[in-house]
Amino acid sequence: MAESHGGAKGQPANAHTEADGGHHSGGFPPFESSTFASQLVSLAIFFVVLYVIVSKLALPKVGGAIEARQNKIEGDLAEAQKLKDQSDAALKAYEGELASARSRAQAIGNESREKANAQAEAERKALEQQLANKLAEAEKTIASTRTTAMSNVRGIAADAAGTIVQQLTGVVPDAVSVNAAVDASLKG
Amino acid sequence: MKIDPIHQFNIEPLFTIGHIGNQTIAFTNSSLYMLVAVAIISLLMLASGSQLVPGRLQSVAEISYEFVASTIRSTAGAEGMKFFPLIFSLFMFICVSNLVGIIPYTFTVSSHIIVTVGLALLVFFTVLIYGVAKNGLKFFSIFVPHGVPGYILPLVMFIEVLSFFLRPVSHSIRLFANMLAGHIALKVFAGFVAMLGFSLGAIGWVGGVLPLALTIALYALEILVAFLQAYVFAILTCIYLNDAIHPGH
Repeated sequence: MAESHGGAKGQPANAHTEADGGHHSGGFPPFESSTFASQLVSLAIFFVVLYVIVSKLALPKVGGAIEARQNKIEGDLAEAQKLKDQSDAALKAYEGELASARSRAQAIGNESREKANAQAEAERKALEQQLANKLAEAEKTIASTRTTAMSNVRGIAADAAGTIVQQLTGVVPDAVSVNAAVDASLKG
Repeated sequence: MKIDPIHQFNIEPLFTIGHIGNQTIAFTNSSLYMLVAVAIISLLMLASGSQLVPGRLQSVAEISYEFVASTIRSTAGAEGMKFFPLIFSLFMFICVSNLVGIIPYTFTVSSHIIVTVGLALLVFFTVLIYGVAKNGLKFFSIFVPHGVPGYILPLVMFIEVLSFFLRPVSHSIRLFANMLAGHIALKVFAGFVAMLGFSLGAIGWVGGVLPLALTIALYALEILVAFLQAYVFAILTCIYLNDAIHPGH
């Protein structure tokens, strides 16, 4: 077995020059059992090396990078959510403030309108009272004027009656009977 | 011009490392390509930076990581993640060495059955030892399916045991045969182009267009196979490990 595979220096040249001869007498290279030990040993060495590199260095590094990115994304999303909540709260506060200001403005408006109405009403009443007073006074004046005028009318009628009687009869009637006659006709 | 599709699988010792018994242990071209695969994986995973916004190389590293991780989670559950380094190493080793091997004039590590047997046995013993260590004798309940009538149980158990011990065989031969056959087919078709041209002259070169087109198509297929076989190997490893983690199923 040693001679079929030994002499590593001489073997490659042989293999290159006559591809079908030499140590290919066994035929198919994958079934050449003399090479199995070498391949298994190198496979063991390199696979162990690879396993150590992968498990100790490569996977922690790449996994760490992925995890760091994941954490960063989650942190950023949480931050964005927090800011959104804050702005929502600010918006809500603003809207509340606006609504209360609006209702306050309305209240103030109502109040001042009522006050103005009441004042106008009071002024109107005072004015009406004043007008009513003036009306009553004027009526009183009219009434007194009328009575005065009526008494004047009686005097004038008595005078006129006395004069008419004097013109017709030439006799001056006495004042008492003339007055009695005027009163009687005024009543009638 | 003679087609020799087997030459590409030759093992050529580069220098001797030592002796075990009367076996010479040499650093061969196969060892060199294993080293290349390990170097590429290490470079990809370690030298690709760890930026918050990944570059191209870092994206490849992270996609590999996520790909293998999600494969394990979907087949072996969250508990399977303790085998993440093993499965990641297997997948990347096979995938990278296959993809390197598809470059002309290179060597494909997994086209040798001893390599795939070594990897399959590693998986087999990992499953066996972890399964027994974690579940004790309950582990062997995977040989006794539920709901099988008593009179047929011995037969079913025999088949289950047989298939369990045949797992490393199918696991290794699938990868080995795929890589071997693909590379032989590529070599035959590619050699055919040159053979036609050199033997028939101008007519041969024109006639060589057909095998050339076939070679290109096969080459694309082989790139797919190189990745796919690594994936199949990894997912089968996950499924076997799932038996060790959850023997009740």
